[in-house]
Amino acid sequence: MEDDAPVIYGLEFQARALTPQTAETDAIRFLVGTQSLRYDNQIHIIDFDDENNIINKNVLLHQVGEIWHISASPADKGVLATCYNKTSDGKVVTCAAVWRMPKELESGSHESPDDSSSNTQTLELLCHLDNTAHGNMACVMWEPMGDGKKIISLADNNILLWDLQESSTKAVLSSSSALEGKGQLRFTSGRWSPHHNCTQIATANDTTVRGWDTRSMRQIYSIENAHGQLVRDLDFNPNKQYYLASCGDDCKVKFWDTRNVTEPVKTLEEHSHWVWNVRYNHSHDQLILTGSSDSRVILSNMVSISSEPFGHMVDDDELSDQEEQHQEEKIKEPLQDSVIATYEEHEDSVYAVEWSSADPWLFASLSYDGRLVINRVPRALKYHILL
Amino acid sequence: MAEVEAAGSGTETGGGSESGNATGSGSGWRRPHGPLQRYYGPSAAEAAEATPDPADINGPHFDPEVFLTKVRSECRLGELLSREATLGREIRALDSDMQTLLYENYNKFISATDTIRKMKVDFRRMEAEMDDLASNMAAISASSARVSAALQDRHRRGAQLAALTALLTPPPGVQALLRKLQSLVEVPGRLRRWAAPGADPARALHCYARARAVLRHYRHLPSFRAIEDESHSIMAELAQRLRARLRDDTLDPKELTECVEMLLQLEEPPEELCEEFLSQAGARLEAELAALEAELPPSDPSGTASTPPPASDILDFVDRGSSAFVSNLCLLAASYRSLFEGRPGSGDGRLEAFASTLTTRYFELLERRLALERGLGDTSLLVRALDRFHRRLRALLELLPAAGAEAGAALVARAARERVARYLRALQTFFLGCLGDVRQALAAPRPPGKDGPGLPDLLATLSSSVLGQLKAVLAYVQLFTARDVAFASLPYFKGEFCVEAVREGLVVAFVRWLCRTARGFADSPAERGAPAAPPALLLLLARLCLDYEATTISYILTLTDEQFPPEDTGPAVTPGPALCAEARGAAQRLLDHYVQVQGAAVAQMLRKSVETRDWLGTVEPRNVRAVMKRVVEDITAIDVQVGQLFEEGVRRAQSSDSSRRAFSVYSSSRAPGRYAPSYTPSAPMDTHLLSNIQKLFSERIDIFSPVEFNKVSVLTGIIKISLKTLLECVRLRTLGRFGLQQVQVDGHYLQLYLWRFAADERVVQGLLDEVAASAAHRCLDPVPMEHSVVELICERG
Repeated sequence: MEDDAPVIYGLEFQARALTPQTAETDAIRFLVGTQSLRYDNQIHIIDFDDENNIINKNVLLHQVGEIWHISASPADKGVLATCYNKTSDGKVVTCAAVWRMPKELESGSHESPDDSSSNTQTLELLCHLDNTAHGNMACVMWEPMGDGKKIISLADNNILLWDLQESSTKAVLSSSSALEGKGQLRFTSGRWSPHHNCTQIATANDTTVRGWDTRSMRQIYSIENAHGQLVRDLDFNPNKQYYLASCGDDCKVKFWDTRNVTEPVKTLEEHSHWVWNVRYNHSHDQLILTGSSDSRVILSNMVSISSEPFGHMVDDDELSDQEEQHQEEKIKEPLQDSVIATYEEHEDSVYAVEWSSADPWLFASLSYDGRLVINRVPRALKYHILL
Repeated sequence: MAEVEAAGSGTETGGGSESGNATGSGSGWRRPHGPLQRYYGPSAAEAAEATPDPADINGPHFDPEVFLTKVRSECRLGELLSREATLGREIRALDSDMQTLLYENYNKFISATDTIRKMKVDFRRMEAEMDDLASNMAAISASSARVSAALQDRHRRGAQLAALTALLTPPPGVQALLRKLQSLVEVPGRLRRWAAPGADPARALHCYARARAVLRHYRHLPSFRAIEDESHSIMAELAQRLRARLRDDTLDPKELTECVEMLLQLEEPPEELCEEFLSQAGARLEAELAALEAELPPSDPSGTASTPPPASDILDFVDRGSSAFVSNLCLLAASYRSLFEGRPGSGDGRLEAFASTLTTRYFELLERRLALERGLGDTSLLVRALDRFHRRLRALLELLPAAGAEAGAALVARAARERVARYLRALQTFFLGCLGDVRQALAAPRPPGKDGPGLPDLLATLSSSVLGQLKAVLAYVQLFTARDVAFASLPYFKGEFCVEAVREGLVVAFVRWLCRTARGFADSPAERGAPAAPPALLLLLARLCLDYEATTISYILTLTDEQFPPEDTGPAVTPGPALCAEARGAAQRLLDHYVQVQGAAVAQMLRKSVETRDWLGTVEPRNVRAVMKRVVEDITAIDVQVGQLFEEGVRRAQSSDSSRRAFSVYSSSRAPGRYAPSYTPSAPMDTHLLSNIQKLFSERIDIFSPVEFNKVSVLTGIIKISLKTLLECVRLRTLGRFGLQQVQVDGHYLQLYLWRFAADERVVQGLLDEVAASAAHRCLDPVPMEHSVVELICERG
């Protein structure tokens, strides 16, 4: 069966920030934030019509500055947070803010036939995350599965836990913790674990990955020298609570069991330059997506360390005879860890890859030149996993 | 008389047993006499002394009337009744005692009668025997008279003969006969003389053997018979003595053989003798083995305890073993054969079983001794020792084919294999030692202005010393197959040893190990613990592996095949190309790793320099930043380093003005246009499209990609890694106008100095263009510096 061709969308500006609209579970929608120092920055709301293979977009202006990081609220489709650069007095400061998009854009793509520039709308600012005392914001994380009231931001060497009050118009710093140590420490990225009642986060600084308990704001584990060089990104396995993936400048993707951090469980070495992004598929955690500055996106199948090491579990009574036969065949050929596909549609460094929150078989990747590519998991593999 | 006594005692014991039955026990036998004795015994004495008491029921003057009256008057009814009962009981007891006595007496009487009757009969028989005796005695005296008469007769005849001899000169025939007779007569005397302890038993035997036939022939003549009897007894005595001697421990094998031989001549049973002979010889051989064993340290099954080096070398040991044990065993076998050949009950099986147990023990000892040869020692010594062992063994085997020929050959083969394995380990240790030296040489601080040993020298030293060592080892190992070594003609040493032990087990295994070890430097997770190998070492090993692939492996294999010609039908060997592929794989891995390590070092420097600088507030550039100079210096140093070991490589033809090409910066005079049909229509064209268009026409660059084995490729790899890092870092910053200009200057500087290192300067150019374009994007106020100024600054810097 022929796989659908990738769908490519070009932004006018450079871009690094990409997120699925987390709260949306029906429509395939991504948010992209642009980086331009001289023009007004934008947030593109990309709607993907799966049936017709068409992209619809809406553009929101984000006038305060270039967007370095974007994340959408898991509870409210209209709410998102950005980290953006603000230049003032010859200084560049990275700030973070929570925004609300206009109501009509939240869940509808009424494609405007006119030129997009005519009807650009503006984001409504809900609140700033005041970071004057803490330094540059690296990223904002929403509490996964939460009600959209709690966010954590990483600012230089601080972890800041915020409570959003009064329908997110007020952000109150509820607790914070600072990483102390030699030299100038700076968090590069972080992830909020969906396990343990959402009480754990993991952060990366330099070559170290650290785990934190959000209740006590204390460090709970630390993977020193997780990568030979800088750690760029992390992700938690959505189905196995102790499993964590990390990637970094040594071109490697490593998988860790946080209970035993002396050695990685697995290491992937497929990219030929820094790996900037690693993402577990939300439903089938054997599917790993990585984006790298070698301009490639790689989809890997890490069956051996997934929560479904023997394929999709089907209850016995659900099996008809035919299916049973099928099941046997599957047992005969155990799945191997492998690279499923390498996507080479990008021509510049890929800084962000994300799975769709609505369709587990679909993902988007964004390269610096503003090219957004939407791809699907190959059909053959999809059926292999499902059946 | 004896019979009578026996009969008496028989009855007595019979009576005893009867009475025992009657009374129940020995002590009961005496009891019934008590009252009777008292009744009969002392009556006379008592009658004289004691006043008669008619009321004493046991007394002699007992008067029943008085007693009764007395009792009746004195006692009450109860007492009376009890008295009556007592009396009744006593009366019954007395009655039974009396009966018993009567019976006994009767029995004794009867037995006495029997005895007397028997005695009468026996005396009658004895009389007849006495008569016989008397007649025999008479016969004896008669024969003794006859004997003495005969003797007298013979003596007389002897005397007559002597006299005759003395008086007459008889004819020669008679004289010879007479002499023979004379000597016959003298036989017992001689025998006695020679067979005496300490004399010459062999002569006695010889003499006896000569005389025996004659004597046997004429034994019907009493005089000859007497002589024969006498000699017989003498010889029996001798046999006794010889047997005693046989059991003596101090006998040497020759004496032992003689002794047994004499005994055999004396017609002792050969089976017994053969047993004795073997056990005696066995004890001797055991003692020799024990002496050998005493030299060995106590066997240590774990083999871990460090034993002191053996006192004597292996050759000495084998020498002693073979001169003492093996030759004695040979001697023994030979003499056994000659002694017991064809005799019943002493087949070869016995000897062979005996010999094979002993040789097995000897092999064990030798094996233990060989195990002590831990170090490499002198291989020629070992070979000579094994050779001697094998030769001696062959001599033994000719005598005793079943004494463990295979075990011996296997032992030699095992020792050879073990030695080869040891050589492999020694080679490995040697190589590691060399590597250690190289590392030290690389790490040693160099006095300024003076270069340490160059990499080519180090490589040459390493390579030649390893090869030399390998050759030396091969030469040593070749001793095992030398023509003058006896065991080299064994089929094992002709075929299997050459191929499996030497070619595969030593040469191929070493090359494989070398590749693996070298590869280990690249594969080991250097980032987590364990100090990483210095880059120069990686480079050196890469070159070494490459050299192995190119020439050394085939050279070594050819050499090996020459020295150890493989048989056509032999087991399959690892082909040279497979080894070469392994070496090449290792070399590739090492070189890639080298590029990564060096690239990462430069990249780290660039990253730090970009990250820590304030690009927004920087002043107008006056100079190339120091870090760029440093980068160029480092890359130049790497170039020199790589150039020492690797060829230049092919460079793509350059345009003449390449080094002078302007460092292009984003300019806004770009034609707008859409190039990708798949693009969703989007807002007005922006600037970065240019770079996209450029990329359309340039190939994708793999940053961390395998490199080729030449200097240019290695350098290109390192430069690619460095510049890509610079690009990514610049993209993360926001620059002011002067920041951009600084990047411009730096970029031009790099361009100026790096292009000549890269295989394709367009790669450098392309990456630097991207850096510039990105910097321009990241610039708040993108006003590029005049190109002439940039050039000026760079030239000045």
